[in-house]
Amino acid sequence: MTGHSDRVDRVPPSGIRRFFELTEEVDDVISLGVGEPDFAAPRPARDAAIEGLERGRTSYTANRGMAELRELVAEDYARFGPTYDPGSEVLVTTGVSEAVDVGVRALVDAGESVAVAQPAYVSYVPCVRFAGAEVVDVHTRRADGFRLTPEALRAAGADEAEALILCYPNNPTGAVMDRDELAEVAAFARDHDLTVISDEVYADLRYDGDHVSVASLPGMRERTVVLGGFSKAYAMTGLRLGYALGPEEAVAAMTKVHQYVMLSAPTPAQHAGIEALRSCRPDLEEMRERYDRRRRFVLSRLDGIGIDCFEARGAFYVFPECPADDAGAFAEELLREAGVAVVPGGVFGDAGEGHLRMSYAAGMDDLREAMDRIESFLG
Amino acid sequence: MTDAADAVLDLLLENARYTTTDIARMTGLDEPSVSETIQSLEDEGVIRGYRAVVDWSEADRERVQAEVEVNVTLDRETGYEDVAERLVEFDEVTSLRLVSGDYDFDMEVEADSMRDVSAFVSEQVAPMPAVDGTVTHLVMASYKEGGMEMDDDDDDRLSVSP
Repeated sequence: MTGHSDRVDRVPPSGIRRFFELTEEVDDVISLGVGEPDFAAPRPARDAAIEGLERGRTSYTANRGMAELRELVAEDYARFGPTYDPGSEVLVTTGVSEAVDVGVRALVDAGESVAVAQPAYVSYVPCVRFAGAEVVDVHTRRADGFRLTPEALRAAGADEAEALILCYPNNPTGAVMDRDELAEVAAFARDHDLTVISDEVYADLRYDGDHVSVASLPGMRERTVVLGGFSKAYAMTGLRLGYALGPEEAVAAMTKVHQYVMLSAPTPAQHAGIEALRSCRPDLEEMRERYDRRRRFVLSRLDGIGIDCFEARGAFYVFPECPADDAGAFAEELLREAGVAVVPGGVFGDAGEGHLRMSYAAGMDDLREAMDRIESFLG
Repeated sequence: MTDAADAVLDLLLENARYTTTDIARMTGLDEPSVSETIQSLEDEGVIRGYRAVVDWSEADRERVQAEVEVNVTLDRETGYEDVAERLVEFDEVTSLRLVSGDYDFDMEVEADSMRDVSAFVSEQVAPMPAVDGTVTHLVMASYKEGGMEMDDDDDDRLSVSP
């Protein structure tokens, strides 16, 4: 006799998964639906993983991750302001995905509620529900450039929540937040005693200035857990390597969950991560420059086609308004008739309805062809 | 070189068939500035031309490529420039560079057959008075040409992912 839990029942099937299956049915598709870099991990990082394997370094590491990696992570993040003790305030995880799960489970009790700024990466809401907690949907709006505002938090009733999950630069919108805008969110979090889980996996992919860490704002370090990773900036998605930075107590709690569910992040990935932080900054800069060109290209083409799109300034997504009322139906038609895959915004929460996520982590030839196809499809 | 010229040149090096419109979109420059920038790069001789990068192993046509090491002896009347001037005139020579090391010129040669390559080297190059000797390396496989990899790089990513 098998069955499944109510916790699993409360989470709907993945909209991404459904769209993936649709896409697989159609030939000659150009996909702008991919949420990962189109580059391979930098060679030195790959070599470090290979060398580790060749030397037989296939054991577990410390639960928290290799000491050297934790030191490098803390050192790397310090450029955004906050500093963390590698011994007690850094946890290396199996991708940011694990860090989100472990973070929610370690910091929030069942029955408590977690405010989630949306549209959002698809895992936040399910992770909150799997933890037995309630989700408070906080809708960011196109009119605010999809930035999180105290008004949106207040309107959603986030003042009653235990924690807040936000992600800037944002997947799926490409929105970023600057210091003064984050300061208002920080004030709200302090006033209502919210723990903040800040997913900053796209921190290195900002095109108009430096990333601002919410933990760098006054009174925020002690109530914020920052999540970061190697997937996007270093094109290491399949290596599954992320980290959490936060006050000792929070990181200790997360480590407790992590040690039982994961034990330690993959050892070859940790070797790659060390090398990435040591020597692959130039690769990152090169990739960022290429993304930026493509970003400008796509925004300009969409503008020319007459598709309304706010200026995404981070990550590798644009989030235009859907030219038709039903974004899901439009995306499906665009896929079947024009052979271009985009992701309907509603997949990222109700706040994303009426929009489309297009990823520009694709080669220029594909981007140009995709834009041509969209243009003639709408023609 | 100006920042604009630098950016435009980088893009043309990546793909010489980017249109001025595309380059304008990618750089944020306006189209007239892109056109002007390309025009002056051409006028100044920075950009010497545009040609296709061909993978001959995929073409129906036979094409043989060779790398030729050329050693020369100079005298009062003959300098490297003089030898080079004569060599570049041959259509078979696709590139010619003076290099440091064991030999003087690194010469790339292309012709329709192995016989043509060997005839060219032995009948046209070797007999030149300044040429001391040549070593010809026939290209057996090419993995990268003009900055482009010759294999098909499959995208193994999932077509849609979060």
